[in-house]
Amino acid sequence: MSETVRKRGSTGYFLLIPGVLWLALFFVVPLYSLVATSLFDPSGSDLNGYEMTYHWANYWDALQSYWQPLVRSLAYGALATLFCLLLGYVLAYAIAFKAGRWKNLMLVLVIAPFFTSFLVRTLSWKLLLADDGFIVNTLQFVHILGSDGRLLATPVAVIAGLTYNFLPFMVLPLYASIDKIDGRLIEASSDLYANPFVGFFKVTWPLSLPGVVSGTLLTFIPAVGDYINAQLLGSPNQRMIGSVIQSLFTDANDYPAAAALSVILMVLIVGMVLFYVRRAGTEDLL
Amino acid sequence: MVQGPTGGGRGGLSRRGLLKAGGGVAFAGVSLAALNLPFFGVDPRKVNPADCRATDVSASQKKLIISNWPAYIDPIKKPTSTLRVFEDQTGISVDYTDDVNDNNEFYAKVKNQLGSCQTINRDMIVLTDWMAARMISLGWIQPLDKGSVPNLHANLIKPLQGRQWDPDLTFHAPWQSGLTGIAYNAAKTGEVKSFEELLTRPELNGKISLLSEMRDTMGFMLKVVGANPSDFTDDDWANAIDRLREVVASGQVRAFTGNEYIQDLAAGNIVACEAWSGDVIQAQFDNPDIKFIAPEEGLSLWSDNMLVPNLAEHQANAEKWIDYYYDPENAAKLAAWVNYICPVNGAKEAMEKVDPSLVDNVLIFPDDETLAVTFDFMPLSEKQITAYQGEFDDVTGG
Repeated sequence: MSETVRKRGSTGYFLLIPGVLWLALFFVVPLYSLVATSLFDPSGSDLNGYEMTYHWANYWDALQSYWQPLVRSLAYGALATLFCLLLGYVLAYAIAFKAGRWKNLMLVLVIAPFFTSFLVRTLSWKLLLADDGFIVNTLQFVHILGSDGRLLATPVAVIAGLTYNFLPFMVLPLYASIDKIDGRLIEASSDLYANPFVGFFKVTWPLSLPGVVSGTLLTFIPAVGDYINAQLLGSPNQRMIGSVIQSLFTDANDYPAAAALSVILMVLIVGMVLFYVRRAGTEDLL
Repeated sequence: MVQGPTGGGRGGLSRRGLLKAGGGVAFAGVSLAALNLPFFGVDPRKVNPADCRATDVSASQKKLIISNWPAYIDPIKKPTSTLRVFEDQTGISVDYTDDVNDNNEFYAKVKNQLGSCQTINRDMIVLTDWMAARMISLGWIQPLDKGSVPNLHANLIKPLQGRQWDPDLTFHAPWQSGLTGIAYNAAKTGEVKSFEELLTRPELNGKISLLSEMRDTMGFMLKVVGANPSDFTDDDWANAIDRLREVVASGQVRAFTGNEYIQDLAAGNIVACEAWSGDVIQAQFDNPDIKFIAPEEGLSLWSDNMLVPNLAEHQANAEKWIDYYYDPENAAKLAAWVNYICPVNGAKEAMEKVDPSLVDNVLIFPDDETLAVTFDFMPLSEKQITAYQGEFDDVTGG
């Protein structure tokens, strides 16, 4: 009997091997090489090679040169996440509680944009927000925008694009946890004289928190690193950190600075996520 | 809600335990990084092309593998296409792929192989001047056998001869060439005569775009501050980049773009922009209001060049291809479809038979007047590339 227990115990570890090997090969090794690259001598080049000189100043230099796009990315990411939460919560709530037999159809509609590519969807926003387009003309007509005002190449367009592109990542986890809420609990709250408003904040909201936390993480993390929206819908003054890293790697061949910036971004996000998850008291989600 | 340190008692391995283990691995990784491990540092990527030659099997293997830019050849499936005729004439079967979308991207794709003397399984690649110059200086490109490409040496147009980075055509043969100038939408704005005007005219604020290709845009910026793009100093560069920074800060520039400026120009999001000649000709077919002009500062002349990379196995076949496209008649057929500048002397006369409407198009067959105002961007060292491109990207948001 103890024999079978031991067997079963080790089977679990054997099953871990493929996953661990995969991660070791494609996560740990690249991460290691990224950290290593960030400490290379910045005066290296492809012509002469790069030497390892433990040049920690790369980090300081990168921060000094690029703190603006870094802060901007965090701000745009946070705003987009907030708007996603506002829009997504209402939508997920409606799908879970009010959609009835249309539920599945509505869920499919939420996912439907994924059937076309991210790039194509963002490019089509360029058409929607065009200077001579319907939206800008309407906004000009009602004097929300000045007569030569525009949306493209402004922060508004970038944040709107981010919100649109990451909305499904918010809606799906929200839906999953709102849908699980037992309707009788809400009924019970109104039996106990809670008005719908109090009922929502005492029952529905806390019970949907796991969805809120995973939804915000799934939105915030990719939104901060995204640069397609800033590049297509913004102007040079809306540059985000992803595009800085990309251009340092591929155009300028400044590998040490690019690597240092990537590590900084990663550490910042992991730090913020840990802090957030602790505050939200949902560590068991991880 | 926080679980106890034993981790919820669910059979030893809790999520928290996993997290700790993960942290442990990360810590181990960082500690390893603190040691001097073998794959630290990157060796120089410069090689000697003489050491990286493959045995040429062209005679026995009638094959040729080419990587070019998209939409840069007449439709290859047609039996009368230049490529098909080449195959019929020589018996060589051509494996033609349009997988070059961006010079830097392509460089990143092949640098590990070419930088360590390994094959990239291609016999010919087509890259823009400055990238060609860079690869030649890294020793990644094989010299062409002069005797096998007589048409190239006989027929290359004058302005593309004697370029600083390969004056004797030892390594490169231009595939197509083009001009960078200004395009504007005549239905929306008056003529834009100079680059200076493009950057300063108040009613164009937020309505212009520039190219994200550094050498194109900075060539003009250097001209604007009175420097010579073919020979400038670090101070000239600093002046030019400062000027560009001011222009961007003033909100004049809507975007720095690749080819996509042409859609924005047609849609009216921008009314004037820095543009490539061939794009404008193609756009004019749909919208005759789109005009291309030579700004007062001049025109930047560039070319995309055929190169034979190290360890190519079919170099002789590649040379036959080059010679074939430097025959004026074949060049004219190609130019009639591609609409960029044809680098071959005599193609203009041959064009009479192919498409007489294009014979007098100065953007395909530039006259001496157009060519007199063209300029070239000087070759940069690796150090300059990193420094300049970094600064340029900071300003442009590239």
